[in-house]
Formats: sequence, C-alpha cells, structure tokens
Amino acid sequence: MAELWTGYVWPTVIIVAEIIAIVLPLLIGVAYLTYAERKVIGAMQLRKGPNTVGPFGLLQPMADGAKLFLKEIIIPQGASKAVFLIAPALTFTLALVAWAVIPVNQGWVLANINVGVLYLFAISSLGVYGIIMAGWASNSKYAFLGGLRSAAQMVSYEVSIGFVMISVLLCVGSLNLSDVVHAQEKGMWFIIPHFPLFIIFYISGLAETNRSPFDLPEGETELVAGYMVEYTAMPFALFFLGEYANMFLMSATITTLFLGGWLPPLHMVPFTWVPGVIWFILKVCVLLFGMLWVRATMPRYRYDQLMRLGWKVFLPFSLGWLILTAGVLEVTGWLPK
Amino acid sequence: MIQALVFYMFAGITVASAVMVITARNPVHAVLFLILAFFNAAGLFLLAGAEFLAMVLVVVYVGAVAVLFLFVVMLLDINYLKLREGFLSYLPTGLLVGAILLAELALVVGSWKFAVDAPLSVGSRVPDMALISNTDALGRLIYTDYFYLFQASGLILLVAMIGTILLTLRSRPGVKKQNIAKQNARNKASSVEIRKVPSGGGI
Repeated sequence: MAELWTGYVWPTVIIVAEIIAIVLPLLIGVAYLTYAERKVIGAMQLRKGPNTVGPFGLLQPMADGAKLFLKEIIIPQGASKAVFLIAPALTFTLALVAWAVIPVNQGWVLANINVGVLYLFAISSLGVYGIIMAGWASNSKYAFLGGLRSAAQMVSYEVSIGFVMISVLLCVGSLNLSDVVHAQEKGMWFIIPHFPLFIIFYISGLAETNRSPFDLPEGETELVAGYMVEYTAMPFALFFLGEYANMFLMSATITTLFLGGWLPPLHMVPFTWVPGVIWFILKVCVLLFGMLWVRATMPRYRYDQLMRLGWKVFLPFSLGWLILTAGVLEVTGWLPK
Repeated sequence: MIQALVFYMFAGITVASAVMVITARNPVHAVLFLILAFFNAAGLFLLAGAEFLAMVLVVVYVGAVAVLFLFVVMLLDINYLKLREGFLSYLPTGLLVGAILLAELALVVGSWKFAVDAPLSVGSRVPDMALISNTDALGRLIYTDYFYLFQASGLILLVAMIGTILLTLRSRPGVKKQNIAKQNARNKASSVEIRKVPSGGGI
C-alpha cells in the first residue's frame, strides 16, 4: 500500500498539480491576450477598445467566454460530425501540451526531456491537422479552401523554422531546452549572433500561428472566416483560444531559443534581484506585443507572395546561414562538446 | 505495471487504427486513422527508449508526409462504392505481402533472440546507452561509420524529388506572373504622372 502511494499516487498528484500550475496562468494569459489585442489595436486606431464590462473593460474576456459558452453548437448538414468536433479540441490540446517542455525558470519545467526542441517542433507540426480537419469536415467550400491554404502555408514555413532551430542547436550541442538557455548564460543571447534568424523565426512564427499578415486561412474578405466559418459556440471558442495559446507558445519558444529564457539581460545587481520567471514573462509579453502591433500595421499578404517568401527567401537564407554557422563553429573551434 | 498498461494502450490503438485504415468507408477517415497509427507508433518508440526516433516519426510522417496524403485524398474525386469493389481480387496479393512482412519480422526477432552476441560482432557497435543520449548515439553512427550510406540515401531522395518535378513541370505560355525585381524597381517618376486637365478637354 505504501509503495502504491509513494510509487504511483503521490507522483501523479504532483504532476497534476504542476500541470495546473502551468495551464491555469496560461489560460488566464490567453484570456487577457484577447483583451490586450483589442486594447492595443484600439489605441493604434485611436479608439478606446473594450471599456464597458468591469473597470477598464477588464472583465470583457469573461463576458465573451460566458457568451460563447451559452450559445448553441450548430453542426452543419453533411458535416463529418466526429472530425468536425475533434478538430477544435485538437488545436487547443496541442497548443497546451507543448508547454510541457518549456523551461520558465531555472529547473521549472514539467518534462525536462532530452529532445525538447524536437518535441516542440513535432507538436507545432501537428497543429496543421486541427485546421485541415476543420476545413474538410465543415462540408463548405470556404472552410475547405481555408484549410488547404493553411496546410500549404504551415508546411512551408515549418521547413525554415526547422533550419533556424538547427542553427541554434549547433551552438548549443543539445536538444534540451534548459541546456539551450544555459548555453546562452555562458555565452550571450543567441539573438546577437543569430539576429537574422530571430527575424526569420518571428515572421515564420506569425505564419505558423496564422496571424496577420499571414492570416490567409481566415481571410475574411475572400473566405468569410476560412476554416472557422461553420463553427459556433464552444468549438469556435476552442479554435480562438488555441490560436492565442499558440501565440504564447511561439513567443515562449523564441524567448527560449533567442532571448535567453529566464536569464536577466545583464548579470548585475538590480537585474538579478528580479526572479527568472518574471524575466521570462516580460520577454514573452514584448514578443506578443510585437505580434499585435504587426496586426494593426500590416496589410494581408497575397498568397503567391506568401509562398515566395517562405520558399524562395526564408528557406535558402536559413539554409545558407546554417552552413555559415557550421563553418564558423568548425573553423574557430567553438563547436560545443 | 504502468509501462505495460501504456504499452498495451499504444499497441492496441495502433492495431485498431491500422484495421480502421483499411475498413473505413471514407478515404479521408482512413488517412486520419493512418495518422493516429503513426502517432501511436511514435508512442511505442518512446516506450522503447528511442525518443529521437519517436520525435522524428512525428515530425516527418505525421507532420509532413501524412499532411500531403490528406491533401491529395481530400482533393481526389473518389467514388466510395467503386473503391470497395474488387476487394476479393486484391486479397491474395495483400495477404502475400503481409505474410512476407511477417516472415521478415520473425527473422529479425529470431536473430535477436537466438544470436544475442550478434550486435557485438558488427563493425560499429552501439555505444553504451547509459552514457550518452540516443540522439548522440544515432548521430555518431550515421555521420561516421554509415556516412556514405546516409549520403547515398539522401541522394536517392533528391533524385526522386527531381524526377517528380521533371514529370509535372510543363511550360505554360501566356501565364501572367509578377516579376518581383521589376516591381520593386518601379518608382514614382516612372509610374505616376501628374497632369493638369483642362475642363471639358480630356487628356
């Protein structure tokens, strides 16, 4: 009995508690990211944004959630029912499970696995299924076109994301995300030597999360709302939350790979007083603000331009940079052992 | 105990979804079940301690190959009923292929069970897995002892890719394309002209 307790029950309780400790702040963050997006874009367009529900409109996300929760779920005629309902759940789940390997502070990581970077890459490559399944199962041409566009777009940009990750990993010598941050502690943040890669990753991240200016899968001017067009109530809410959770994930990945994760900008007294997790959150917030800023500023890309950017600009550049990195490391003997 | 339970879960779902791949009525559902089977096979790799292979299986098969499968199947105009005809005529071939695969698997397992010291006689030994991670171990084998084979398989894939492009490439006359360099080279002086239009006169 005691063995059952110490061997199985207690670890399970701890893991569940850790999962809640990750997911709960994340969900609150997601809710307030939707609020922040409306406020930021509002400010940039000289509007007020949400300001009625609660002080400064702070309860707006709750009101939106309650509204979506109470609406009726409509399943279109001729839709493949199971696939139609699995798709949003899949999108949302994938956006959450990837957080298992993100180190938010020294040692604060749910699963400190050796192939952390690959795990992140694998999970983000699965994200396309939620969208393509939704597009197909809706039995609607707008949704289907949105799904196909998104599949092509996400597969294209994943390739350059992969090369960017490999360049960074060459400088680390490990696939473990905590090791990635430790390598930046010893040297410098990878944004300094790999600045062009940071830009490529950020832009590819926008394309991966289907954010503006790459939100062609939604493209409301031509596809109404793309793959989401037939969704109502909670399934729609799951897509919506999944998109924002993916933004968080992308920002956290960039923070870990390029901005030194939980590290303070300088190893000096006033900076080292602040706990690592605060630095992590601050960096994520800066990147998220950039994403909102881009949405308020940039017009949507044309589809052929999107493909050109992915295949003819980012892919050759990141491949060339990978070779350059490998060459520099080999010649200077900085290759991590 | 937990490991055994998880193994049976992954294995059970893999087999069940593999059966669904060939029995599903709708080809898109069949591909989705195939993806589920891939994913659970990755889970089996994880249990076997091959975390790198598990992740690569998900990235390559689930994340890339299966997406293209799904893409193609969704775009095909398939008559579901016609697809199910001729099941019996394909059955012998299918069974034969299955039997050969089973026999080969049995051979692999057999050599592993009965000649335990066989791996020791191989030219490049498997490194001690207790000391290094399996990404490391795989990298050392691939990029040192089996370097030429690895490069050759890469070249084979490249040839296949070029072949596919060659088969589908055709020059289509009269396609309007944007010349990006030309577009970027346009400036105000060459493309905009301001004229004073006299009223009633036109240009």
